[in-house]
Amino acid sequence: MLEPAIRVTRLTKRYKTVLAVAALDFEVTRGSVTALLGGNGAGKTTTLSMIMGLVLPTSGAIEVLGQDMVHHRYRVLPRMNFSSPYVELPRSLTVQENLAVFARLYGIPDRTKACARLAEELDLTAFLKRATGTLSAGEKTRVMLAKSLLNQPELLLLDEPTASLDPDSADWIRTYLQDYQRRYGATVLMASHNMLEVERMCDDVMVMREGKIEHRGTPAELIRQFGRDTLEEVYLDIHRREGGARAAQ
Amino acid sequence: MSAFRDKVSRAGAHGFSPTRISAMVMRHVYLLRRSWPRLLELAYWPIVQVLLWGFISKFFATNSTWVAQAAGVLLAGVLLWDVLFRSQLGVTISLLEELWSRNLGHLFISPLRPYELCISLTTMSLIRTLIGILPAALIAIPLYEYSIFDMGLPLLAFFSTLLVFGWALGLAIAAVLIRLGMAAENLAWLLVFVLAPISGIYYPIDVLPGWVQVIAWMFPAPYVFEGMREVLFHGVFRVDLMLAALALDLVYLLLGAGAFLYSFRVARVQGLLLRTGE
Ligand SMILES: Nc1ncnc2c1ncn2[C@@H]1O[C@H](COP(=O)(O)OP(=O)(O)O)[C@@H](O)[C@H]1O
Ligand SMILES: [Mg+2]
Repeated sequence: MLEPAIRVTRLTKRYKTVLAVAALDFEVTRGSVTALLGGNGAGKTTTLSMIMGLVLPTSGAIEVLGQDMVHHRYRVLPRMNFSSPYVELPRSLTVQENLAVFARLYGIPDRTKACARLAEELDLTAFLKRATGTLSAGEKTRVMLAKSLLNQPELLLLDEPTASLDPDSADWIRTYLQDYQRRYGATVLMASHNMLEVERMCDDVMVMREGKIEHRGTPAELIRQFGRDTLEEVYLDIHRREGGARAAQ
Repeated sequence: MSAFRDKVSRAGAHGFSPTRISAMVMRHVYLLRRSWPRLLELAYWPIVQVLLWGFISKFFATNSTWVAQAAGVLLAGVLLWDVLFRSQLGVTISLLEELWSRNLGHLFISPLRPYELCISLTTMSLIRTLIGILPAALIAIPLYEYSIFDMGLPLLAFFSTLLVFGWALGLAIAAVLIRLGMAAENLAWLLVFVLAPISGIYYPIDVLPGWVQVIAWMFPAPYVFEGMREVLFHGVFRVDLMLAALALDLVYLLLGAGAFLYSFRVARVQGLLLRTGE
Protein backbone atom coordinates (compact mmCIF):
# COMPACT_ATOMS: atom_id res chain seq x y z
CA MET A 1 0.00 0.00 0.00
CA LEU A 2 1.11 3.56 -0.64
CA GLU A 3 2.30 5.71 2.24
CA PRO A 4 -0.17 8.43 3.28
CA ALA A 5 -0.24 11.66 1.26
CA ILE A 6 0.79 13.62 4.33
CA ARG A 7 2.21 12.47 7.63
CA VAL A 8 3.21 14.97 10.29
CA THR A 9 4.71 14.04 13.63
CA ARG A 10 5.04 16.35 16.64
CA LEU A 11 4.83 19.27 14.21
CA THR A 12 5.38 22.54 16.06
CA LYS A 13 5.74 26.16 14.96
CA ARG A 14 6.57 28.85 17.43
CA TYR A 15 6.84 32.48 16.34
CA LYS A 16 8.46 34.89 18.77
CA THR A 17 5.55 35.13 21.16
CA VAL A 18 2.96 32.84 19.58
CA LEU A 19 2.70 29.09 19.58
CA ALA A 20 0.96 28.81 16.19
CA VAL A 21 1.05 25.01 15.85
CA ALA A 22 1.50 22.78 18.88
CA ALA A 23 2.86 19.24 18.42
CA LEU A 24 0.47 18.10 15.71
CA ASP A 25 0.28 14.43 14.78
CA PHE A 26 -1.84 13.41 11.83
CA GLU A 27 -1.95 11.52 8.59
CA VAL A 28 -3.93 12.32 5.47
CA THR A 29 -4.97 9.31 3.40
CA ARG A 30 -4.30 9.33 -0.33
CA GLY A 31 -7.31 10.22 -2.37
CA SER A 32 -9.19 11.77 0.55
CA VAL A 33 -10.66 15.23 0.87
CA THR A 34 -9.70 16.42 4.33
CA ALA A 35 -10.59 19.63 6.09
CA LEU A 36 -8.69 21.66 8.61
CA LEU A 37 -11.57 23.37 10.32
CA GLY A 38 -11.05 26.15 12.81
CA GLY A 39 -11.52 29.79 13.63
CA ASN A 40 -9.15 32.67 12.93
CA GLY A 41 -5.71 32.08 14.39
CA ALA A 42 -6.27 28.35 14.96
CA GLY A 43 -3.09 27.54 13.02
CA LYS A 44 -4.59 26.30 9.74
CA THR A 45 -2.55 28.50 7.40
CA THR A 46 0.65 27.86 9.32
CA THR A 47 0.06 24.11 9.09
CA LEU A 48 -0.56 24.28 5.33
CA SER A 49 2.50 26.51 4.89
CA MET A 50 4.73 24.01 6.64
CA ILE A 51 3.36 21.21 4.48
CA MET A 52 4.29 23.29 1.40
CA GLY A 53 7.72 24.14 2.76
CA LEU A 54 6.97 27.88 2.89
CA VAL A 55 7.42 27.90 6.64
CA LEU A 56 10.08 25.91 8.47
CA PRO A 57 8.82 24.05 11.53
CA THR A 58 10.36 24.80 14.92
CA SER A 59 10.38 21.06 15.51
CA GLY A 60 8.75 17.89 14.27
CA ALA A 61 8.70 16.08 10.94
CA ILE A 62 6.66 16.41 7.74
CA GLU A 63 6.45 13.74 5.11
CA VAL A 64 4.62 14.58 1.89
CA LEU A 65 3.99 11.87 -0.72
CA GLY A 66 6.60 9.78 1.02
CA GLN A 67 9.33 12.46 1.04
CA ASP A 68 10.81 14.49 3.86
CA MET A 69 9.48 17.99 3.14
CA VAL A 70 12.08 19.86 5.15
CA HIS A 71 15.07 18.36 3.35
CA HIS A 72 13.81 17.21 -0.03
CA ARG A 73 11.05 19.57 -0.96
CA TYR A 74 12.00 19.81 -4.63
CA ARG A 75 11.15 16.13 -5.02
CA VAL A 76 7.61 16.89 -3.89
CA LEU A 77 6.87 20.46 -4.99
CA PRO A 78 6.35 19.44 -8.65
CA ARG A 79 3.68 16.99 -7.48
CA MET A 80 1.65 19.36 -5.36
CA ASN A 81 0.08 22.80 -5.63
CA PHE A 82 -1.72 25.43 -3.64
CA SER A 83 -4.45 27.97 -4.12
CA SER A 84 -5.76 30.69 -1.86
CA PRO A 85 -7.51 33.99 -2.40
CA TYR A 86 -4.96 35.50 0.01
CA VAL A 87 -1.98 34.94 -2.27
CA GLU A 88 -2.38 36.77 -5.54
CA LEU A 89 -1.03 36.50 -9.04
CA PRO A 90 0.66 39.52 -10.66
CA ARG A 91 -2.19 41.93 -11.31
CA SER A 92 -0.96 43.66 -14.43
CA LEU A 93 -0.19 40.47 -16.32
CA THR A 94 -3.03 39.03 -18.37
CA VAL A 95 -4.57 35.73 -17.34
CA GLN A 96 -2.91 34.05 -20.29
CA GLU A 97 0.52 35.47 -19.40
CA ASN A 98 0.21 34.38 -15.80
CA LEU A 99 -0.72 30.86 -16.83
CA ALA A 100 2.13 30.77 -19.36
CA VAL A 101 4.65 31.83 -16.72
CA PHE A 102 3.53 29.19 -14.24
CA ALA A 103 3.34 26.52 -16.94
CA ARG A 104 7.03 27.19 -17.57
CA LEU A 105 7.88 27.25 -13.89
CA TYR A 106 6.34 23.80 -13.55
CA GLY A 107 7.96 22.52 -16.74
CA ILE A 108 4.60 21.49 -18.21
CA PRO A 109 4.89 19.55 -21.47
CA ASP A 110 2.84 21.04 -24.34
CA ARG A 111 2.37 24.28 -22.44
CA THR A 112 0.08 26.08 -24.86
CA LYS A 113 -2.31 23.17 -25.14
CA ALA A 114 -2.32 22.51 -21.41
CA CYS A 115 -3.16 26.16 -20.65
CA ALA A 116 -5.87 26.27 -23.30
CA ARG A 117 -7.49 23.11 -21.97
CA LEU A 118 -7.56 24.41 -18.40
CA ALA A 119 -8.87 27.77 -19.55
CA GLU A 120 -11.68 25.96 -21.34
CA GLU A 121 -12.52 23.80 -18.32
CA LEU A 122 -12.47 26.66 -15.85
CA ASP A 123 -14.36 28.96 -18.17
CA LEU A 124 -11.57 31.53 -18.51
CA THR A 125 -11.52 31.89 -22.29
CA ALA A 126 -13.57 35.09 -22.30
CA PHE A 127 -10.98 36.99 -20.24
CA LEU A 128 -7.67 35.35 -21.11
CA LYS A 129 -6.39 38.64 -22.51
CA ARG A 130 -7.48 40.76 -19.57
CA ALA A 131 -5.21 41.95 -16.77
CA THR A 132 -5.63 39.59 -13.83
CA GLY A 133 -6.11 42.52 -11.44
CA THR A 134 -9.26 43.68 -13.23
CA LEU A 135 -11.19 40.42 -12.69
CA SER A 136 -14.01 39.83 -10.22
CA ALA A 137 -13.38 37.74 -7.11
CA GLY A 138 -15.03 34.72 -8.72
CA GLU A 139 -13.00 35.03 -11.90
CA LYS A 140 -9.78 35.49 -9.96
CA THR A 141 -10.48 32.40 -7.91
CA ARG A 142 -10.93 30.37 -11.10
CA VAL A 143 -7.66 31.70 -12.53
CA MET A 144 -5.87 30.83 -9.30
CA LEU A 145 -7.39 27.38 -9.45
CA ALA A 146 -6.18 26.98 -13.05
CA LYS A 147 -2.68 27.93 -11.88
CA SER A 148 -2.85 25.34 -9.11
CA LEU A 149 -4.00 22.55 -11.44
CA LEU A 150 -1.42 23.18 -14.19
CA ASN A 151 0.83 20.41 -12.94
CA GLN A 152 -2.04 17.98 -12.25
CA PRO A 153 -1.12 17.91 -8.57
CA GLU A 154 -1.43 14.66 -6.66
CA LEU A 155 -1.81 16.79 -3.56
CA LEU A 156 -3.81 19.99 -3.67
CA LEU A 157 -3.72 22.36 -0.71
CA LEU A 158 -6.42 25.00 -0.45
CA ASP A 159 -6.63 27.84 2.04
CA GLU A 160 -10.25 28.98 2.34
CA PRO A 161 -10.84 28.34 -1.36
CA THR A 162 -14.25 29.97 -1.52
CA ALA A 163 -13.69 32.90 0.85
CA SER A 164 -15.17 36.14 -0.53
CA LEU A 165 -17.24 34.38 -3.21
CA ASP A 166 -20.97 34.65 -3.75
CA PRO A 167 -22.85 31.35 -3.17
CA ASP A 168 -23.17 30.70 -6.87
CA SER A 169 -19.47 31.02 -7.68
CA ALA A 170 -18.55 29.12 -4.53
CA ASP A 171 -20.80 26.27 -5.57
CA TRP A 172 -19.26 26.18 -9.02
CA ILE A 173 -15.75 25.99 -7.53
CA ARG A 174 -16.71 23.18 -5.13
CA THR A 175 -18.27 21.14 -7.90
CA TYR A 176 -15.21 21.61 -10.07
CA LEU A 177 -12.84 20.65 -7.27
CA GLN A 178 -14.79 17.49 -6.50
CA ASP A 179 -14.73 16.59 -10.15
CA TYR A 180 -10.97 17.14 -10.39
CA GLN A 181 -10.35 15.15 -7.25
CA ARG A 182 -12.29 12.14 -8.59
CA ARG A 183 -10.86 12.30 -12.08
CA TYR A 184 -7.24 12.28 -10.95
CA GLY A 185 -7.58 10.50 -7.61
CA ALA A 186 -5.95 13.54 -6.03
CA THR A 187 -5.65 14.21 -2.32
CA VAL A 188 -7.12 17.49 -1.15
CA LEU A 189 -6.37 19.20 2.15
CA MET A 190 -8.29 22.39 2.70
CA ALA A 191 -8.39 24.95 5.46
CA SER A 192 -11.84 26.37 5.93
CA HIS A 193 -14.23 27.85 8.36
CA ASN A 194 -17.12 27.34 6.02
CA MET A 195 -19.15 24.53 7.57
CA LEU A 196 -21.36 23.93 4.55
CA GLU A 197 -18.36 23.52 2.33
CA VAL A 198 -16.68 21.10 4.69
CA GLU A 199 -19.84 19.07 5.18
CA ARG A 200 -20.39 18.79 1.47
CA MET A 201 -16.87 18.16 0.22
CA CYS A 202 -14.86 16.47 2.93
CA ASP A 203 -14.78 12.87 4.09
CA ASP A 204 -12.44 13.65 6.97
CA VAL A 205 -12.49 16.67 9.27
CA MET A 206 -9.84 17.82 11.72
CA VAL A 207 -11.10 20.50 14.06
CA MET A 208 -8.23 22.80 14.98
CA ARG A 209 -7.98 25.18 17.88
CA GLU A 210 -4.99 27.01 19.31
CA GLY A 211 -2.58 25.00 17.24
CA LYS A 212 -3.96 21.60 18.19
CA ILE A 213 -6.37 19.12 16.64
CA GLU A 214 -9.20 18.73 19.08
CA HIS A 215 -11.55 16.40 17.20
CA ARG A 216 -11.38 14.31 14.10
CA GLY A 217 -13.84 12.25 12.10
CA THR A 218 -16.17 12.25 9.13
CA PRO A 219 -18.74 15.06 9.20
CA ALA A 220 -21.41 12.46 10.05
CA GLU A 221 -19.35 11.04 12.92
CA LEU A 222 -18.74 14.46 14.43
CA ILE A 223 -22.41 15.35 14.14
CA ARG A 224 -23.40 12.07 15.80
CA GLN A 225 -20.74 12.37 18.51
CA PHE A 226 -22.04 15.79 19.52
CA GLY A 227 -25.71 14.84 19.15
CA ARG A 228 -26.30 17.64 16.66
CA ASP A 229 -27.88 18.11 13.25
CA THR A 230 -25.21 20.02 11.39
CA LEU A 231 -21.46 20.50 11.48
CA GLU A 232 -22.04 24.17 12.21
CA GLU A 233 -23.73 23.30 15.50
CA VAL A 234 -20.87 20.94 16.37
CA TYR A 235 -18.37 23.68 15.69
CA LEU A 236 -20.23 26.19 17.81
CA ASP A 237 -20.52 23.60 20.57
CA ILE A 238 -16.79 23.07 20.64
CA HIS A 239 -16.04 26.74 20.69
CA ARG A 240 -18.67 27.71 23.27
CA ARG A 241 -17.76 24.87 25.58
CA GLU A 242 -14.11 25.78 25.61
CA GLY A 243 -14.79 29.48 25.73
CA GLY A 244 -16.98 28.78 28.75
CA ALA A 245 -14.36 26.59 30.38
CA ARG A 246 -11.82 29.34 29.98
CA ALA A 247 -14.19 31.96 31.40
CA ALA A 248 -14.76 29.74 34.47
CA GLN A 249 -11.03 29.46 35.22
CA MET B 1 2.08 7.62 -12.44
CA SER B 2 0.94 9.16 -15.70
CA ALA B 3 3.52 10.16 -18.32
CA PHE B 4 2.53 13.79 -17.80
CA ARG B 5 3.13 13.73 -14.06
CA ASP B 6 6.33 11.82 -14.57
CA LYS B 7 7.70 14.52 -16.88
CA VAL B 8 6.68 17.35 -14.55
CA SER B 9 8.20 15.53 -11.60
CA ARG B 10 11.51 15.01 -13.33
CA ALA B 11 11.65 18.59 -14.64
CA GLY B 12 11.08 19.91 -11.13
CA ALA B 13 13.65 17.70 -9.47
CA HIS B 14 16.56 19.15 -11.46
CA GLY B 15 18.18 22.46 -10.50
CA PHE B 16 19.42 25.18 -12.85
CA SER B 17 16.49 25.03 -15.22
CA PRO B 18 16.72 27.49 -18.14
CA THR B 19 12.96 27.08 -18.60
CA ARG B 20 12.21 28.28 -15.09
CA ILE B 21 14.70 31.15 -15.33
CA SER B 22 13.18 32.20 -18.66
CA ALA B 23 9.71 31.99 -17.09
CA MET B 24 10.71 34.62 -14.54
CA VAL B 25 12.35 36.82 -17.17
CA MET B 26 9.21 36.54 -19.32
CA ARG B 27 7.09 37.54 -16.36
CA HIS B 28 9.00 40.82 -16.05
CA VAL B 29 9.22 41.44 -19.77
CA TYR B 30 5.41 41.05 -19.98
CA LEU B 31 5.16 43.63 -17.23
CA LEU B 32 7.42 46.13 -19.00
CA ARG B 33 5.74 45.58 -22.33
CA ARG B 34 2.37 46.17 -20.76
CA SER B 35 3.28 49.36 -18.99
CA TRP B 36 4.40 52.45 -20.92
CA PRO B 37 4.97 54.49 -17.75
CA ARG B 38 7.41 51.86 -16.52
CA LEU B 39 9.33 51.90 -19.81
CA LEU B 40 9.47 55.69 -20.00
CA GLU B 41 10.52 55.90 -16.40
CA LEU B 42 13.50 53.68 -17.17
CA ALA B 43 14.84 56.03 -19.82
CA TYR B 44 13.68 59.29 -18.25
CA TRP B 45 16.36 60.00 -15.62
CA PRO B 46 19.36 58.98 -17.68
CA ILE B 47 18.21 61.32 -20.45
CA VAL B 48 17.62 64.23 -18.06
CA GLN B 49 21.04 63.64 -16.52
CA VAL B 50 22.75 63.56 -19.91
CA LEU B 51 21.04 66.80 -20.96
CA LEU B 52 22.16 68.49 -17.77
CA TRP B 53 25.75 67.25 -17.83
CA GLY B 54 26.00 67.81 -21.56
CA PHE B 55 25.44 71.53 -21.11
CA ILE B 56 27.66 71.69 -18.05
CA SER B 57 30.39 70.07 -20.16
CA LYS B 58 29.85 72.55 -22.96
CA PHE B 59 30.24 75.39 -20.52
CA PHE B 60 33.31 73.93 -18.81
CA ALA B 61 34.95 73.10 -22.14
CA THR B 62 35.70 76.81 -22.52
CA ASN B 63 36.11 77.60 -18.82
CA SER B 64 38.04 74.67 -17.43
CA THR B 65 41.32 73.42 -18.82
CA TRP B 66 40.66 70.03 -17.20
CA VAL B 67 37.37 69.38 -18.99
CA ALA B 68 38.76 70.94 -22.17
CA GLN B 69 41.31 68.12 -22.39
CA ALA B 70 38.58 65.51 -22.61
CA ALA B 71 35.15 66.90 -23.33
CA GLY B 72 33.38 63.62 -22.60
CA VAL B 73 34.74 63.13 -19.10
CA LEU B 74 31.60 64.36 -17.32
CA LEU B 75 29.15 62.72 -19.74
CA ALA B 76 30.96 59.39 -19.55
CA GLY B 77 30.89 59.74 -15.76
CA VAL B 78 27.17 60.33 -15.56
CA LEU B 79 26.37 57.52 -17.98
CA LEU B 80 28.56 54.99 -16.21
CA TRP B 81 27.23 56.01 -12.82
CA ASP B 82 23.76 55.39 -14.16
CA VAL B 83 24.83 51.90 -15.20
CA LEU B 84 25.56 51.15 -11.57
CA PHE B 85 22.35 52.75 -10.33
CA ARG B 86 20.12 51.14 -13.01
CA SER B 87 21.71 47.76 -12.49
CA GLN B 88 21.05 47.85 -8.75
CA LEU B 89 17.55 49.18 -9.31
CA GLY B 90 16.88 46.52 -11.95
CA VAL B 91 17.40 43.79 -9.37
CA THR B 92 15.51 45.44 -6.53
CA ILE B 93 12.55 46.71 -8.54
CA SER B 94 12.01 43.30 -10.07
CA LEU B 95 11.92 41.81 -6.60
CA LEU B 96 9.64 44.60 -5.37
CA GLU B 97 7.24 43.74 -8.19
CA GLU B 98 6.89 40.28 -6.62
CA LEU B 99 6.31 41.78 -3.19
CA TRP B 100 3.79 44.29 -4.54
CA SER B 101 1.86 41.56 -6.32
CA ARG B 102 2.14 39.18 -3.33
CA ASN B 103 3.46 36.55 -5.64
CA LEU B 104 6.39 35.17 -3.64
CA GLY B 105 4.26 32.44 -2.05
CA HIS B 106 3.28 31.06 -5.44
CA LEU B 107 6.87 31.22 -6.69
CA PHE B 108 8.28 29.37 -3.73
CA ILE B 109 5.88 26.47 -3.82
CA SER B 110 6.77 26.01 -7.49
CA PRO B 111 10.00 24.19 -8.33
CA LEU B 112 11.75 27.57 -8.83
CA ARG B 113 14.97 27.61 -6.79
CA PRO B 114 16.00 30.80 -4.96
CA TYR B 115 19.26 30.88 -6.97
CA GLU B 116 17.23 30.62 -10.18
CA LEU B 117 15.26 33.64 -9.04
CA CYS B 118 18.58 35.32 -8.37
CA ILE B 119 19.77 34.63 -11.94
CA SER B 120 16.50 35.85 -13.43
CA LEU B 121 16.69 39.08 -11.39
CA THR B 122 20.19 39.81 -12.68
CA THR B 123 19.09 39.06 -16.25
CA MET B 124 16.23 41.51 -15.81
CA SER B 125 18.68 44.02 -14.42
CA LEU B 126 20.79 43.79 -17.59
CA ILE B 127 17.70 44.28 -19.77
CA ARG B 128 16.43 47.22 -17.72
CA THR B 129 19.86 48.85 -17.61
CA LEU B 130 20.21 48.70 -21.38
CA ILE B 131 16.71 50.10 -21.92
CA GLY B 132 17.53 52.90 -19.48
CA ILE B 133 21.02 53.85 -20.65
CA LEU B 134 21.01 53.33 -24.41
CA PRO B 135 18.60 56.17 -25.28
CA ALA B 136 20.60 58.59 -23.13
CA ALA B 137 23.91 57.49 -24.65
CA LEU B 138 22.49 57.83 -28.17
CA ILE B 139 20.98 61.25 -27.52
CA ALA B 140 24.39 62.61 -26.53
CA ILE B 141 25.78 61.87 -30.00
CA PRO B 142 23.78 64.40 -32.04
CA LEU B 143 23.37 66.90 -29.18
CA TYR B 144 26.94 67.19 -27.93
CA GLU B 145 28.87 65.36 -30.63
CA TYR B 146 29.98 62.98 -27.93
CA SER B 147 29.73 59.25 -28.36
CA ILE B 148 30.59 57.15 -25.33
CA PHE B 149 31.03 54.24 -27.75
CA ASP B 150 34.25 55.86 -29.02
CA MET B 151 35.85 54.47 -25.89
CA GLY B 152 35.68 51.06 -27.54
CA LEU B 153 36.34 47.84 -25.66
CA PRO B 154 37.28 49.50 -22.35
CA LEU B 155 33.69 50.72 -22.23
CA LEU B 156 32.48 47.12 -22.22
CA ALA B 157 34.84 46.37 -19.32
CA PHE B 158 33.63 49.41 -17.34
CA PHE B 159 29.99 48.61 -18.10
CA SER B 160 30.29 44.98 -16.98
CA THR B 161 32.16 45.82 -13.80
CA LEU B 162 29.57 48.37 -12.72
CA LEU B 163 26.72 46.11 -13.79
CA VAL B 164 27.98 43.30 -11.58
CA PHE B 165 28.57 45.64 -8.63
CA GLY B 166 25.00 46.86 -9.14
CA TRP B 167 23.79 43.25 -8.96
CA ALA B 168 25.65 42.74 -5.69
CA LEU B 169 24.08 45.87 -4.17
CA GLY B 170 20.68 45.02 -5.62
CA LEU B 171 20.70 41.51 -4.18
CA ALA B 172 21.78 42.79 -0.76
CA ILE B 173 18.96 45.36 -0.78
CA ALA B 174 16.53 42.68 -1.99
CA ALA B 175 17.57 40.59 1.01
CA VAL B 176 16.61 43.46 3.32
CA LEU B 177 13.31 43.95 1.47
CA ILE B 178 12.39 40.28 1.85
CA ARG B 179 12.92 40.55 5.59
CA LEU B 180 11.48 43.98 6.28
CA GLY B 181 8.84 44.06 3.55
CA MET B 182 7.76 47.12 1.67
CA ALA B 183 8.39 49.31 4.71
CA ALA B 184 11.99 49.38 3.50
CA GLU B 185 11.01 50.13 -0.11
CA ASN B 186 12.89 53.45 -0.21
CA LEU B 187 16.22 51.72 0.28
CA ALA B 188 15.92 50.66 -3.34
CA TRP B 189 16.25 54.27 -4.48
CA LEU B 190 18.46 55.75 -1.80
CA LEU B 191 21.15 53.38 -0.69
CA VAL B 192 23.40 53.49 -3.75
CA PHE B 193 23.78 57.28 -3.47
CA VAL B 194 25.76 56.84 -0.27
CA LEU B 195 28.49 55.62 -2.59
CA ALA B 196 28.24 58.48 -5.10
CA PRO B 197 30.55 60.94 -3.30
CA ILE B 198 33.27 58.31 -2.82
CA SER B 199 33.07 56.74 -6.26
CA GLY B 200 35.02 59.46 -8.08
CA ILE B 201 32.42 59.86 -10.79
CA TYR B 202 33.25 63.47 -11.71
CA TYR B 203 36.49 64.09 -9.79
CA PRO B 204 39.58 62.04 -9.00
CA ILE B 205 39.59 60.10 -5.73
CA ASP B 206 42.64 62.03 -4.47
CA VAL B 207 40.54 65.14 -3.83
CA LEU B 208 38.96 63.22 -0.94
CA PRO B 209 40.46 63.37 2.57
CA GLY B 210 42.99 60.58 3.14
CA TRP B 211 40.88 58.39 5.38
CA VAL B 212 37.89 58.67 3.04
CA GLN B 213 40.12 57.55 0.18
CA VAL B 214 40.89 54.38 2.12
CA ILE B 215 37.17 53.64 2.35
CA ALA B 216 36.57 54.60 -1.27
CA TRP B 217 39.11 52.10 -2.60
CA MET B 218 37.22 49.27 -0.87
CA PHE B 219 34.55 49.49 -3.57
CA PRO B 220 34.85 48.62 -7.28
CA ALA B 221 33.37 51.87 -8.59
CA PRO B 222 36.40 54.22 -8.03
CA TYR B 223 38.63 51.84 -10.00
CA VAL B 224 36.24 52.08 -12.93
CA PHE B 225 35.98 55.87 -12.90
CA GLU B 226 39.73 56.35 -12.48
CA GLY B 227 40.20 53.85 -15.30
CA MET B 228 37.74 55.78 -17.42
CA ARG B 229 39.70 59.03 -16.93
CA GLU B 230 42.94 57.26 -17.82
CA VAL B 231 41.38 56.21 -21.11
CA LEU B 232 39.91 59.64 -21.83
CA PHE B 233 42.93 61.74 -20.84
CA HIS B 234 45.85 59.49 -21.66
CA GLY B 235 44.43 56.90 -23.98
CA VAL B 236 45.63 54.02 -21.81
CA PHE B 237 43.57 51.15 -20.46
CA ARG B 238 44.80 50.36 -16.95
CA VAL B 239 44.55 46.59 -16.60
CA ASP B 240 45.66 46.77 -12.96
CA LEU B 241 42.68 48.97 -12.02
CA MET B 242 40.36 46.67 -13.94
CA LEU B 243 41.61 43.54 -12.20
CA ALA B 244 41.23 45.15 -8.77
CA ALA B 245 37.68 46.16 -9.65
CA LEU B 246 36.83 42.66 -10.85
CA ALA B 247 38.25 41.04 -7.72
CA LEU B 248 36.18 43.37 -5.53
CA ASP B 249 33.14 42.68 -7.73
CA LEU B 250 33.48 39.00 -7.07
CA VAL B 251 33.66 39.53 -3.31
CA TYR B 252 30.62 41.81 -3.27
CA LEU B 253 28.64 39.56 -5.59
CA LEU B 254 29.25 36.58 -3.32
CA LEU B 255 28.21 38.64 -0.29
CA GLY B 256 25.10 40.01 -2.04
CA ALA B 257 23.96 36.65 -3.39
CA GLY B 258 24.71 35.04 -0.03
CA ALA B 259 22.58 37.62 1.79
CA PHE B 260 19.80 37.16 -0.76
CA LEU B 261 19.70 33.38 -0.43
CA TYR B 262 20.02 33.53 3.34
CA SER B 263 17.06 35.92 3.55
CA PHE B 264 14.80 33.18 2.17
CA ARG B 265 15.79 30.93 4.99
CA VAL B 266 14.98 33.67 7.47
CA ALA B 267 11.70 34.29 5.65
CA ARG B 268 10.79 30.62 6.01
CA VAL B 269 11.58 30.67 9.71
CA GLN B 270 9.63 33.88 10.33
CA GLY B 271 6.75 32.98 8.03
CA LEU B 272 7.21 35.98 5.72
CA LEU B 273 6.53 34.36 2.35
CA LEU B 274 2.77 34.23 2.77
CA ARG B 275 2.61 37.70 4.22
CA THR B 276 -0.46 39.36 2.82
CA GLY B 277 0.25 43.03 2.28
CA GLU B 278 1.44 45.59 4.77
N1 LIG C 1 4.49 35.13 10.24
C1 LIG C 1 3.97 35.13 11.47
N2 LIG C 1 4.62 35.73 12.47
C2 LIG C 1 4.11 35.73 13.74
N3 LIG C 1 2.96 35.14 14.08
C3 LIG C 1 2.25 34.53 13.11
C4 LIG C 1 2.70 34.48 11.76
N4 LIG C 1 1.80 33.79 11.02
C5 LIG C 1 0.83 33.45 11.87
N5 LIG C 1 1.07 33.87 13.13
C6 LIG C 1 0.23 33.64 14.33
O1 LIG C 1 0.05 32.25 14.47
C7 LIG C 1 -1.29 31.94 14.84
C8 LIG C 1 -1.91 31.01 13.82
O2 LIG C 1 -2.11 31.73 12.61
P1 LIG C 1 -2.67 31.06 11.28
O3 LIG C 1 -1.96 29.80 11.03
O4 LIG C 1 -2.64 32.09 10.23
O5 LIG C 1 -4.19 30.74 11.68
P2 LIG C 1 -5.47 30.47 10.78
O6 LIG C 1 -5.02 30.25 9.38
O7 LIG C 1 -6.10 29.24 11.38
O8 LIG C 1 -6.35 31.65 10.90
C9 LIG C 1 -2.00 33.26 14.97
O9 LIG C 1 -1.99 33.62 16.33
C10 LIG C 1 -1.16 34.20 14.16
O10 LIG C 1 -1.25 35.52 14.65
MG1 LIG D 1 -5.59 31.30 7.64
